[in-house]
Amino acid sequence: MALTKIEINPMTRLEGHGKISIFLDEKGNVDNAFFQVVELRGYERFVQGMPIEEVPRTVSTICGVCRAVHFTASMKASDGVYNVEPTPTARKIRELFFNAHYVEDHAAILYALGFPDFVVGPTANPAERNLIGLVNAVGAETGKLVLKKRYAAVKILEMLGGKPIHPVAALPGGWSKRVTQEERKEIMALAEEMVELGQLTLKIFEDVVLKNPEYVKLVTGDVYKVVTNYLGSVDENDKVAFYDGTQKFVDTNGKEIARFKGKEYLNYISERVLPWSYLKMPYLKQKGWKGVVDGPDTSLYSVGPLPRLNVASGMPTPLAQQAYEKMFDVFGHKPVHNIMGYHWARAIELLCAAENIREIAKDESLCNPDVRSKLGPASEGVGIVEAPRGTLIHHYITDEKGIVEKANLIVATTHNKGPINIAVKRAAQNFIKNGVVNEGLLNMVELAYRPYDLCLACATHALPGHDPLQIDIYDCDGKLYKTLKNF
Amino acid sequence: MADKKLRLAVLMAGACGGCDMAIVDISETLVDVLPSLEVVFWAPTVADVKYKDLEAMPDKSVDVGLISGMIRLDEHEHMSKVMRAKCNVVVAYGACAAMGGIPGMANMHTKEDIFQTAYFDTFSTDNPDGITPQPHYLMDGKYDLTLPEFYPYVRPIQSVIDVDYFIGGCPPHHSVVLNALVAILKGELPPKGSWITNGKAVCDVCPRNPRNTDEKRELVKEVRRTIEGDPDENKCLLQQGYMCLGPITQGDCGALCTKVNIPCAGCGGPIPGVKDFGLRAISAIASILDNEELVEQIPSPVKLFYRYSLPSSMLGKKVKKA
Ligand code: SF4
Ligand code: SF4
Ligand code: SF4
Repeated sequence: MALTKIEINPMTRLEGHGKISIFLDEKGNVDNAFFQVVELRGYERFVQGMPIEEVPRTVSTICGVCRAVHFTASMKASDGVYNVEPTPTARKIRELFFNAHYVEDHAAILYALGFPDFVVGPTANPAERNLIGLVNAVGAETGKLVLKKRYAAVKILEMLGGKPIHPVAALPGGWSKRVTQEERKEIMALAEEMVELGQLTLKIFEDVVLKNPEYVKLVTGDVYKVVTNYLGSVDENDKVAFYDGTQKFVDTNGKEIARFKGKEYLNYISERVLPWSYLKMPYLKQKGWKGVVDGPDTSLYSVGPLPRLNVASGMPTPLAQQAYEKMFDVFGHKPVHNIMGYHWARAIELLCAAENIREIAKDESLCNPDVRSKLGPASEGVGIVEAPRGTLIHHYITDEKGIVEKANLIVATTHNKGPINIAVKRAAQNFIKNGVVNEGLLNMVELAYRPYDLCLACATHALPGHDPLQIDIYDCDGKLYKTLKNF
Repeated sequence: MADKKLRLAVLMAGACGGCDMAIVDISETLVDVLPSLEVVFWAPTVADVKYKDLEAMPDKSVDVGLISGMIRLDEHEHMSKVMRAKCNVVVAYGACAAMGGIPGMANMHTKEDIFQTAYFDTFSTDNPDGITPQPHYLMDGKYDLTLPEFYPYVRPIQSVIDVDYFIGGCPPHHSVVLNALVAILKGELPPKGSWITNGKAVCDVCPRNPRNTDEKRELVKEVRRTIEGDPDENKCLLQQGYMCLGPITQGDCGALCTKVNIPCAGCGGPIPGVKDFGLRAISAIASILDNEELVEQIPSPVKLFYRYSLPSSMLGKKVKKA
């Protein structure tokens, strides 16, 4: 069969280079599509030989957009290595710190990546469908306000973590810095700004998306729907947990299928090596490797904001809880498989993280001096956090001195590899028919991977806020047939 | 710089995005600088402008180009060369660009080692057929899939192009970025080949410096890891036995790490006049240790002293015996 190959290249990624390859049959319909990633820098190898306490500030550089997540997951793993719990004060500081990262990151992703499609419009001129277009649409005042309120979170990251990007204050069982009462009061004031940012963000989403029937269709319709199992962390009340909780898997109907903590992840998650992507493809071990398919029998699962809301029975804070109820009311079912729901869930989580910070900062004991624990003998530890993009797992084995011998990292975008592949293929199948490939296709394909927030650097740095995509179409002889671009 | 806008290009080579985020973190102040700048290119992270558009621009038509990240893929090398051709001034921006950075630690291992770990040895890997990703793969006999090939080693930017200026930091603090942008806008740049820096060491700006606290410097009698003991928050960390690289690191960050009780690991890059950061760090530390045996107590010295700079050191990379 003569297949025509369409390459979407580059999809801009943090670690280098990602692309989508779409294959058309001789009728010009989509035969298959692949989401290929370069994600390998070798951290699992070169942290070997490092003292475990040096690992958090080192692995943080896996991603500078997710500036505190690899740091936090490996710090939690270092607790496990030394078999210690963080002191109560250290735990509060860490949790506050981690929630500040949520506010900063979710804000960047939503305003640069999620909202322009809706505020400016999914079919608007690509040159305007970006952050600048967004600022034009909502007004410069609002734009500046958002930047300023987001910076409140960056300030907290620097105050507590040392460096605002790639922080350094991690210690096994503790935290290197004590918080003063003045700092706590400053954080309390910053928390109010962040709660306002959360409320403003939800209001923008509701005003722009929910009041527009066209967008509601886009969000709740079947085109952008991927039916998978879901994984996320819950607290002891089964509410969404970011920093620490129990990992819960639900199936495609929302039925709980497993719960695990720490090292047990190896009983539930396997990563398949693929010959065509540097990124491995994880699946739910119990169900066995079934390939890249969705539906009730799939062994693929998704992580991130929407899956977290799908697995939990609610939010841990009052304002976010209200927003959560509203979201599931609109969808009318749970779990929600509509991937545009990721953006909505992201806005709800931003508010939740801000409320979490407000709660923690109220507590005067945040300033207690007990930030360091006595360490036990070193051996092995697993650290799991809910990164803004989804469940993140760091696992280390050390010698008795705490020098790393082996490491295993599973990052959020990795878990979502299969679902993203399906989303992209489905969008391609929906929109490319009988060889008709037009400009509209480009944004439809973009729409399919964007909700997952692939840790794309462009998601957040974007002044235009927009992933530049180019699609080169080759004929069967490998000659360039047509080039389409969205810029 | 009255009415002419400064034409700026930003390229992310093998980077983590942190250097780009540092620009974003300038926040509202960035809005004040923006009217003086014309961002003609910012990719692949930002942009309505792509690689081929930069390629199409006339040579030397861009005033300043910032490159973050190291060179790992052929694409990084190619685009750095394009930047060199289009920009009058090229800045290696951040620790990766200037020195190879943390991802440069991969140079202690071969590509084969790294693949072995990622695709075979890691605990959750399921690889029944023993495969590794291939640059070319024909799936099911009909899907012709390609992947870019990695270079065997990480290199800093100046190993592939001529660099005019360097900025340290992993990433540079947003205030450093703002200062650099203002210096560039005002045309207040140091001689070609220099670092854009305040010229001070981290020690010079560190509130713990014995010189500032009127304490005597003494030889260090024990080497401590950050997990050991509870450092006095006002005393020099190095004096307390913590391996702080502040004496030989550029202090543009304002000693961010020591302010939260963590030793400097050298991300700012070498103080002026130092060629090989790690070598100088080793000699600086050795000279304040009380006796030679203490050296043995430093765990994984290469990954401490060369954490940000291995690809630009004289050691460079692991050499495979034929
Ligand atoms: S210097 Fe640091 S922040 Fe910048 S790209 Fe390299 S690892 Fe990321
Ligand atoms: S050695 Fe470190 S702690 Fe001591 S003065 Fe220098 S920077 Fe500060
Ligand atoms: S103290 Fe050292 S490691 Fe920390 S930010 Fe400054 S230069 Fe970098």
